[in-house]
Amino acid sequence: MIYADNAATTKPSKAVIEAMLPYFEEVYGNPSSLHTPGQKAAEALQLAREKIAACLGASPKEITFTSGGSEADNQALRSAAYLGKRNGKTHILSTAFEHHAVLHTLKALEKEGFTVELLPVSPEGLVTAEQVETAIREDTCLVSVMFAQNEIGTIQPIGEIGEVCHRHGVLFHTDAVQAAGHIAIDVRDLNVDLLSLSAHKFHGPKGVGALYARSGIRLSSIIEGGAQERGKRAGTENLPAIVGMAKALEDATAHLEENAQKVTALRERLIEGLSKIPHSALNGDRYARVPGTVNFCFEGIEGESLLLLLDMAGIAASSGSACTSGSLDPSHVLLAIGRPHEVAHGSLRLSLSEENTDEDVDTILKEVPRVVEYLRSMSPVWKDLVAGKRKFIL
Amino acid sequence: MALYSETVMDHFLHPRNVGSIEDADGVGEVGNAKCGDIMKLYLKIENGIIEDAKFETFGCGSAIASSSIATEMIKGKSVDEAMKLTNREVVDALGGLPAHKLHCSVLADESIKAAIKDYYDRTGVAYDPADFPAASCAHCHE
Repeated sequence: MIYADNAATTKPSKAVIEAMLPYFEEVYGNPSSLHTPGQKAAEALQLAREKIAACLGASPKEITFTSGGSEADNQALRSAAYLGKRNGKTHILSTAFEHHAVLHTLKALEKEGFTVELLPVSPEGLVTAEQVETAIREDTCLVSVMFAQNEIGTIQPIGEIGEVCHRHGVLFHTDAVQAAGHIAIDVRDLNVDLLSLSAHKFHGPKGVGALYARSGIRLSSIIEGGAQERGKRAGTENLPAIVGMAKALEDATAHLEENAQKVTALRERLIEGLSKIPHSALNGDRYARVPGTVNFCFEGIEGESLLLLLDMAGIAASSGSACTSGSLDPSHVLLAIGRPHEVAHGSLRLSLSEENTDEDVDTILKEVPRVVEYLRSMSPVWKDLVAGKRKFIL
Repeated sequence: MALYSETVMDHFLHPRNVGSIEDADGVGEVGNAKCGDIMKLYLKIENGIIEDAKFETFGCGSAIASSSIATEMIKGKSVDEAMKLTNREVVDALGGLPAHKLHCSVLADESIKAAIKDYYDRTGVAYDPADFPAASCAHCHE
């Protein structure tokens, strides 16, 4: 099986699994316990916190462990919103193509009385610092813009947006779930106040993530209970997973340049090869993208059947088609960049990691055109397009 | 458990009766590209019997499988019998569909009715319009 769905999740590395094992078998104490086994666990927890902080240019006390990217997003947004409300600021600025962990939290905050404004994104899948600056109001308490878009892979100008937010005294959150471990991140350089990440997107375990919150930003608890994480996130820490995350981020950071180079070369081959399919289009800017993510729309076909046939051909990928999500609408991301519904249904996301090879790309470039052609051969939409009864969009 | 039953996968991977019929006696097209599925059904009818049925579908795995099995279920049947086919029977024949995919079976059912209505219109057969509710895009909110 060629695994080309690394934006969904990655394979935990052997080194990560090995790093985790002692925390199941030997160091199983509760970090909150006073006895020696507990204190050994507390030490490991602290070490993991230091390692993660170092990878982000943060200090250890600025890192809060969570159950993953979604929880980190929820906590970041709520914390910043509630801080704003204390000062009478209830306007929140974000973008139309954020992850649902952000969009749905913002919906919930709207019900609590906050005003949420979602910036439109360009056809290239980018927002600009100018857009943010123009939209910032006197009562803006928070700007949240994702670092790298999860479906189309485009990288947003986080440093520029951070500078604007900093200058206007507005808290800035970035969902860096698709960026961490793949792009160099220094929270100070980027003027980021809050940042979410998730371990399983960079060969760490699932069910664990982290929230960076700049020193001085008071977090609100989402999960109430014990005093873990300085009282900001109750519940016994998932130590094996946290240790695994630290190892994964350390490894990813150490090999960031070489991995990016290798994966970008594979990605470029994919883009060039898939672009040859007639009436197809790359989604998102050609270059401002994370190394591994490629997203295409193919006119006249539907994405789920494309995925099923690729799966039969030994290729694991994903799509923004409505049918793959269990919802009625195609991807809000593809709609946000201006793809019409009928084209958005025919999307394919391939996301590579450094474990993919040139041979994988060869196979993908052989199978995708074959499957697209096959599905088009039975598609009444394609038939109408070819007959001129329907206008080509792509 | 896999998303789809073995029968769905079989019909998806080896769809029966794909294609068009040049001199079809009735053609029905339902669905909407915006919603992500369109089914086009062609019928060859002789003496009130469906001699041949072919389909073209733009849609997900279950839409293709529903079209495929529906053509099998109506071939050789009388037009009256085909009219009685329900989407439930299509679902049952497929060994079930996930809840959010049931509309695909509705589309199959609607495409059969649309093709028969076209056949009636072409041949001047009188019918009760109530038997042919406007092919809806009810599953799609747009």
